[in-house]
Amino acid sequence: MAELRLPLDETRVRNLEVGAGVELTGRMITGRDAAHKWLLEEYREEVAPFLEGTVIYHCGPVVRQLDDGSYEFVASGPTTSIREEPYQADVIERYGLRGVIGKGGMGLKTLAGLEKSGALYLHAVGGAAQVLAEAVKKVERVFMLEEFGVPEALWVIEVEKFPVMVTMDARGGSLHTEVEDYSKAQFEKLLAAPA
Amino acid sequence: MLTKERYVDTFVELIRRASAELPPDVVQALQQGRDREASDSLARQALVTILDNVDLAKAKSAPICQDTGTPVAWISYPEGISTRLLEEAMHEAVQVATAKSYLRPNAVDTLTGKNTGDGAGRAIPFLHFEEWDEPKVEVRLILKGGGCENVGIQYKLPDSGLQAGRDLEGVRCVVLDAVVQAQGKGCAPGVLGICIGGDRVSGFSESKCQLLRPLSDTNPMAELAELEERLLKEANELGIGPMGFGGRTTVLGVKVGVLDRVPASYFVTISYMCWADRRAAVSLDEEGAATWLN
Repeated sequence: MAELRLPLDETRVRNLEVGAGVELTGRMITGRDAAHKWLLEEYREEVAPFLEGTVIYHCGPVVRQLDDGSYEFVASGPTTSIREEPYQADVIERYGLRGVIGKGGMGLKTLAGLEKSGALYLHAVGGAAQVLAEAVKKVERVFMLEEFGVPEALWVIEVEKFPVMVTMDARGGSLHTEVEDYSKAQFEKLLAAPA
Repeated sequence: MLTKERYVDTFVELIRRASAELPPDVVQALQQGRDREASDSLARQALVTILDNVDLAKAKSAPICQDTGTPVAWISYPEGISTRLLEEAMHEAVQVATAKSYLRPNAVDTLTGKNTGDGAGRAIPFLHFEEWDEPKVEVRLILKGGGCENVGIQYKLPDSGLQAGRDLEGVRCVVLDAVVQAQGKGCAPGVLGICIGGDRVSGFSESKCQLLRPLSDTNPMAELAELEERLLKEANELGIGPMGFGGRTTVLGVKVGVLDRVPASYFVTISYMCWADRRAAVSLDEEGAATWLN
């Protein structure tokens, strides 16, 4: 597995292809439905430095607040990414993101956005909330906690060897399209077969 | 004594078990899936990570998945027990379990978008009650994740687009279509709870109730047992695989129930349960002693 440090540089991103396993180390930020909408309503200057060059993680964690007021991720796997399809390519371009972590893959608009901006779609294993929480070493700060609640807030986190797979690259490649096409062909074959 | 406190304490433990510990039949099905996938494949890697995660969650007594879902429970009770008391106790148990981080604060006011903060809300948890002849109270709980709930679907037959008629061949066709539509988005490999017949409400209700069955059981109705076996085999030939990475393990189990219908309707309802097939069950006797089922 290739190890990648965050922030990511564009050349490295453009050289990675679908099927590559990657371990991420460095600073990233979580953001899901409410966050994506909010990030595009206007340019959020206070959050922008935490987005540039890094990746946004589609995740609504279970978080525990410790006695000293700091936070700890108790469970933090990816959420379904396709809900961010209307926003994702614009969020990437506007804030200079180099990637997105989520599950289930995304559509053609995002795929085109990855190619244009030089970014990757990185698939984490859905439901693997404990394995992925172990890779979160520190919660640095949080935006919009009051307004959005725990799952929807934007959490700035430090991760170490966070395991993901490239399933959509910056060259137009998408594992999700391949698998979908194959499964549809198999479906047709099954229906055509005599009972 | 069967006091409200006794119910609350038991239900909190029931929720903890459901959230942190996968039933043994589901773990076994995941292991069999892992062993079926080619070494070095993304599918196998995903299942290895999933199984590591299952062990870790149990050891840490922490949620298997951060989306702790909607708590849905089926409660059977003897005559004379107050269902209102049981409902209050489950509501409170969800709030306690959320404070203990067994659950994520997962209830959102639909109109304001504001999280209720304590895990409980309107119809969360969602409870089904049934009076029975046994002297004990039995509670069967599932935690139904949002990602997999989103890929659940209801078809009405005939479906001209899919050329699915009002028979078991038509049912087969729409179920396979549902799996294709879901791809990896419901966190494959999933379990399919299916209801043939009923109306739009009873269909979804029964399809979810099917998810309470252990994966290893056999449907008592021969034609449905045959359909379940066939659908399991064929769904796994679709090649969607764990997480939609491609592979041989798309579905871990298929469970089909049937309800009667009115002449005009023929619904086929599919509830998709993610691989984190979280269910737990408990029985409470008249003294309040708990027996853990599953």
